Amino acid sequence: MASDATERDAYPGESPARHGAAAPPAAADLKWPAGYRPKGAGPGSNGTPPSGAPAPGPRRNLAGLGLGALRVGPALMLLVVVLVAGALSPVFFTTRNLGNVLSQTAVIAILALAQLLVIVTRGIDLSVGSTLALSAVVGALIFGSMGSGPLVILAMLATGTAVGAVNGAVLVWGRLPHPFIMTLAMLSIARGLALWLSGGQPISGMPEVIQQIGGGSIGWFPYSAFLVLGLALVTLLLTRVMVWGRWIFAVGGNRDAARRAAIPVNGVIVSVYVISGLAAGIAAVVNAGRLNGGSPTFGELAELDAIAAVVIGGASFHGGRGHVGNALVGALMIGVIRNAMNLLDVNAFLQPIVIGVVIVLAVELDVLRERLEERLRVLQAAHS
Amino acid sequence: MSGAGPAALSVRGAAKRFGAVVALDGVDIEARRGEVLALLGDNGAGKSTLIKCITGVHRMDSGTVEMDGVAVDVGSPAAARALGIETVYQDLALFDNLDPAANFYAGREMTTPRWLPRGLRLVRRRAMVEATVAVLRRLEVGVADVNTPVGLMSGGQRQAVAVARAAAFATNVVILDEPTAALGVRESRHVLDLILRLRAEGHAIIVVSHAMDHVMEIADRAVVLRRGRTVGELIPRPENKEQIVSLIVGGNG
Repeated sequence: MASDATERDAYPGESPARHGAAAPPAAADLKWPAGYRPKGAGPGSNGTPPSGAPAPGPRRNLAGLGLGALRVGPALMLLVVVLVAGALSPVFFTTRNLGNVLSQTAVIAILALAQLLVIVTRGIDLSVGSTLALSAVVGALIFGSMGSGPLVILAMLATGTAVGAVNGAVLVWGRLPHPFIMTLAMLSIARGLALWLSGGQPISGMPEVIQQIGGGSIGWFPYSAFLVLGLALVTLLLTRVMVWGRWIFAVGGNRDAARRAAIPVNGVIVSVYVISGLAAGIAAVVNAGRLNGGSPTFGELAELDAIAAVVIGGASFHGGRGHVGNALVGALMIGVIRNAMNLLDVNAFLQPIVIGVVIVLAVELDVLRERLEERLRVLQAAHS
Repeated sequence: MSGAGPAALSVRGAAKRFGAVVALDGVDIEARRGEVLALLGDNGAGKSTLIKCITGVHRMDSGTVEMDGVAVDVGSPAAARALGIETVYQDLALFDNLDPAANFYAGREMTTPRWLPRGLRLVRRRAMVEATVAVLRRLEVGVADVNTPVGLMSGGQRQAVAVARAAAFATNVVILDEPTAALGVRESRHVLDLILRLRAEGHAIIVVSHAMDHVMEIADRAVVLRRGRTVGELIPRPENKEQIVSLIVGGNG
């Protein structure tokens, strides 16, 4: 996860004159055409920077270094938060508490993984919390009438997927101006459906399998954390190895260019909302299992937690950028902060304030990173 | 003025109107291999519309497109690409968040295995990077690091990457829309060299440009459009620069 970020940091310190050392062997003897020789690439070139200014090399290295630090920023922030929590509370590092943190974070993490894909395409899905509740209620109702574990799971996943499909289809083919609108409407509709189907009351009872998925563990390590790890791995593979993964980054980076490049833009957009709905269904299984029942109040504001996790993880609302590992880090950060404040007996009303401050801090880091990248480009342009 | 064999691309009687506005009114052009054709004209002369008809963005009301003497149907950007026509748009149509290799192969990724639907196949990233590096090297495009997102590159480098992308996949025609409009002197020089290199490789090249000096330097032939009609076709030389300019602006001087 973090290594993924560092691997891409190789370039900032690299000067064009030295590119041969870093590029693959095939590029080792790249030649510069006449009149395009980079400054400093050969003897007799007189540099453009004024004589008083420091050489561009070191300055670029500095900018590159800062950029590298900001790229792994979310992971560093999480590390600091964990260490502080451990220092302040002796209970924090007990296996029992760590297991607790993981199982409490599982729902946010699952939603965040899918929200990341949506945000990479320059979209947003506000409906996942309500979809979670609807899926859990449908599952609880089906358990009440039939009682088969696999069938209940299937019903929950199908409900979430169907909601996601409606989101994507209406967004794309209804030509709605922004996903905010479609998913905001769905936030209302799905919550209403959940309340209506359940009569506004929690429905208790879940099959043993689901209770295990949501609340069981091996030793102190909860099953739900395994589930999160598995889903993260799948997401990583989807985005890194599969053509579809490249398409979502292309669509988020430049939608018009993606169209001209014959990428099936509409299909890609619908697919991320379907996956987001499916993730809400999976999160519903975990949530319902942990609380042994389905309630229309499940997942209230969970969409905001998921978006916060993705944003803390450094994904950009402008699309085209985001890391699976960092989204998990963002989810864990929210979980750890909540847990630590509970352990320290901090007034519960303070928690949302702290989370809010963390969001601003994290995004501020992202703004800084963008500034640095811009600066690097200017230096590079002046340099070539 | 006719070449030896049939032209790589020839457009005959291209006509296109948008409502009451006649954008193209029976334009003929020919692009030949190993030759740079400049498409000149004032704003609104029909250059962009003609380009868009050739690249499948617009559909002509009437007229034909032939490649090597065979009539073809350019109904969509994908169809144009399949025919070996590549375009460097004025806005470059690059993905700023992706590296050159990903930009080159967006929508035409090297993949495996073939029996899966395209979106679900695995990308052959290494092969794509190697092929991209080979093209950049062949065209002598200097890029500091092939893993750099193109958004972090300078204007000239971005332009060069966009031109190289077109060159990598064009089997017939490369069309460049205002390739030097946003560039400084040195960066323009580099892109012009790149275009000349493409010509030397035997591509048929169509350049839309307002920069007369650049046109004088690289174009083998120039077609001047005015109000959707061809008003002149000549070989640009320093002596007839005045004549070209007066053809572009209309009137007799």
